[in-house]
Amino acid sequence: MGTIWFWLVAAMLVMYVVLDGFDIGVGVLHLFVAKTNDERRMALASIGPVWDGNEVWLIAGGGTLYFAFPLVYASSFSGFYLPLMIVLWLLILRGVGIELRGHINLRVWEVFFDGLFAFSSVLLAVFYGAALGNVIRGVPLGEDSYFFLPLWTNWRVGPSPGILDWYTVIGGVLALVALTVHGGLYLAVKTEGALQKRARKAVALLWGPLFVLTLISLIATMTVRPQSLRNYNAHTVAYLIPVGVMLSLAGILVLSRRHDDKAAFRASVVYLVLMMVGAAVGLYPVLLPSITDSALDLTVERSRTGLYALHVGMIWWGFGMLLAIGYFVVMYRMFRGKVDLHSGGYGH
Amino acid sequence: MDPLVMHRIHFGFTVTFHYLFPQLTMGLALLIVVLKTVAVRTGNEHYHDAARFWGKIFGINFLIGVVTGIPMEFQFGTNWSHFSRLTGGVIGQPLAMEGVFSFFLESTFLGLFLFGEKRLSKWAHWGAAFMVFLGSWISGYFIIVTNAWMQHPVAYKILPNGTFELTSFTGLLMNPWALIQYAHTMCGAVVTASFVMASVGAFYLLENRFVEYARIFLKTGVIAGSISTMLMIFPTGDLHGRYVAKRQAATMAAMEGLFHTEKGAGVAIIGQPNEQTQTLDNPLVVNNLLSFLIYGTTSAQVQGLDHFPRENWPQPMPLLYYSYHIMAGLGTYFVALMGVAAFLLWRGNLYTTPWILWPLMLSFPLPYVATTAGWMTAEIGRQPWVVYGLMRTEVGFSKYVSAGNALFTFLGFMGMYTLLGILFLILIYREIYRGPHRESVHHTTTLLEE
Repeated sequence: MGTIWFWLVAAMLVMYVVLDGFDIGVGVLHLFVAKTNDERRMALASIGPVWDGNEVWLIAGGGTLYFAFPLVYASSFSGFYLPLMIVLWLLILRGVGIELRGHINLRVWEVFFDGLFAFSSVLLAVFYGAALGNVIRGVPLGEDSYFFLPLWTNWRVGPSPGILDWYTVIGGVLALVALTVHGGLYLAVKTEGALQKRARKAVALLWGPLFVLTLISLIATMTVRPQSLRNYNAHTVAYLIPVGVMLSLAGILVLSRRHDDKAAFRASVVYLVLMMVGAAVGLYPVLLPSITDSALDLTVERSRTGLYALHVGMIWWGFGMLLAIGYFVVMYRMFRGKVDLHSGGYGH
Repeated sequence: MDPLVMHRIHFGFTVTFHYLFPQLTMGLALLIVVLKTVAVRTGNEHYHDAARFWGKIFGINFLIGVVTGIPMEFQFGTNWSHFSRLTGGVIGQPLAMEGVFSFFLESTFLGLFLFGEKRLSKWAHWGAAFMVFLGSWISGYFIIVTNAWMQHPVAYKILPNGTFELTSFTGLLMNPWALIQYAHTMCGAVVTASFVMASVGAFYLLENRFVEYARIFLKTGVIAGSISTMLMIFPTGDLHGRYVAKRQAATMAAMEGLFHTEKGAGVAIIGQPNEQTQTLDNPLVVNNLLSFLIYGTTSAQVQGLDHFPRENWPQPMPLLYYSYHIMAGLGTYFVALMGVAAFLLWRGNLYTTPWILWPLMLSFPLPYVATTAGWMTAEIGRQPWVVYGLMRTEVGFSKYVSAGNALFTFLGFMGMYTLLGILFLILIYREIYRGPHRESVHHTTTLLEE
């Protein structure tokens, strides 16, 4: 039962990364690829109706973690206190940035909120990547299963690391590039003309760095946490995941060159999903590894709540997810196709 | 600095600021459904415009509510990790359900309601408004279930290592305390929305602008307001009070400023509790009323604070006393104001009577004050317990998050929320100034005409 919930929580976080990922990516890119005010509005309108729905996956995922694995929730949220608070502030700024921009028609106002939206999107992407890096690398868990990490110490992966060290910084930069590519492909799907051209160009420019960073991160992970390979060696079929990662990367390149934006975006979805699943396979059955002593790892069995609660949860969770997927299908169908500022229905 | 105090202030501040927004959106969601229903059934375009206008106000409030609400879910873990660790198996359930059910519902259908009017049929658009209402009210219920469990824990067992496990899902969701608290809280949300709507209507009438809309707002606000203010006191407030007296007797004694156990205890209308002398300074007391309200007879004995060990008194006790009195006092004023306004509405001269329009216009902040005071009554009243009678607050916070770190992030939130507050006021003022005239159809859909 705990194992099922491990994968359910992971699935929700993957949903979050895939969905909020593209609107964060658009946030990172829009200053560079959208030059005129109309283009900026078009870029923002492409995510306007869906971004907060996307963000709900974070809330629901966090809530699910809290309910299924209270020990992990308590330990990690208090341990990562400072970065989480910064993430909260960035989420606030980002929501404000996109939603308030259109309310007042002053150049200064619009430029300010564009900047705020881009700034918070960039930092969020970096922090998410670094956060995942922290979870993979492990934290200095104490006997009481608690820890507290400062933002940085000496940038080395040692017994007393910071949130940011060389390994997690790689994760942060990788996440920034990956989500930017993801957002660029989404923009290419949703827009036309000069904006679409520049979005494609950005993807082409970033593909090389994305490929290199992906390779570096795979190697770095095996160096920092060799235990990640345990599940892979036990079930060699799992090695198909990194193979799939490489294939999807190739897919992004080939398909976006052919201007088949939709297919390239799908390849990017596959890439993000496989990267996340690959990390989860490397971790399982641990939710939060200890950097010093694996006896202190927060595992599925140690940190799950009672079986009764988990069983009941299955029922409402399944029902809730069916509903949520239903809403998303309706919503995305409603706003399908290219963004058109003049037809009405878009914008704020 | 005491980290416990710092964490309490931290949470108290963020949750208080947050709740300024959902209390309006939950109430407004209902009123928008009412406006939409009239619009669709009568075909009166003014009602469509009115719903659209309040939809925009709703949208701005919803945004601030969402961005200030996300920290709440995080803060259980960041600032109250030990509490979360021990009780997450129980209250994680309703909190996760809120995320999975209502948040999706609300945000999806709000998008449809705000951006989809041209693409939806009239009834489908009504449906979107209704789903937003449903989502926000379900959301409120899950939050109340969480809070009610802390006030009155049910459906749990405690394992040898101190963690709480859920034993009955329906028991948790049907916690009698939650049902009463929910009814009371939702009435409060409708009160807030009614006062805000009536206030905008009164403002337009006094300014002689958007007169036909002003009448719709006033009528809707006053009718909903007079019903909800009455329900606020009876039966929901009355029941809630009796429940507190039964389950949290120390809380009730502190709320009433009752230092000594008395037969035929009275209700202090005003008076300042003095913890040193354990008396009420400058009291004005209605004799026997408290005994009557709780037990139905004027001579019943009510336990005073002296009945409880000092370390079990809610702290800060004077703040609890004042919060409760401000809430109750304002509640009485609301009934009176809305009662008079409803009478004038029935007589047909509400719209032309400046002496009632002025207080209606100016009273809109008061429900916010009353609601905040009500929450403080509930939350300080629960002290010194984070789970009433089972877990003291001082064991709940994150012991590795120092007071300094909590102070730093508290200051960060203060700065951020000040900024949000200013932006919010500017935007709301702008929407109200612009008003719900017909051109506003275009404002919601394209910016080019502006």
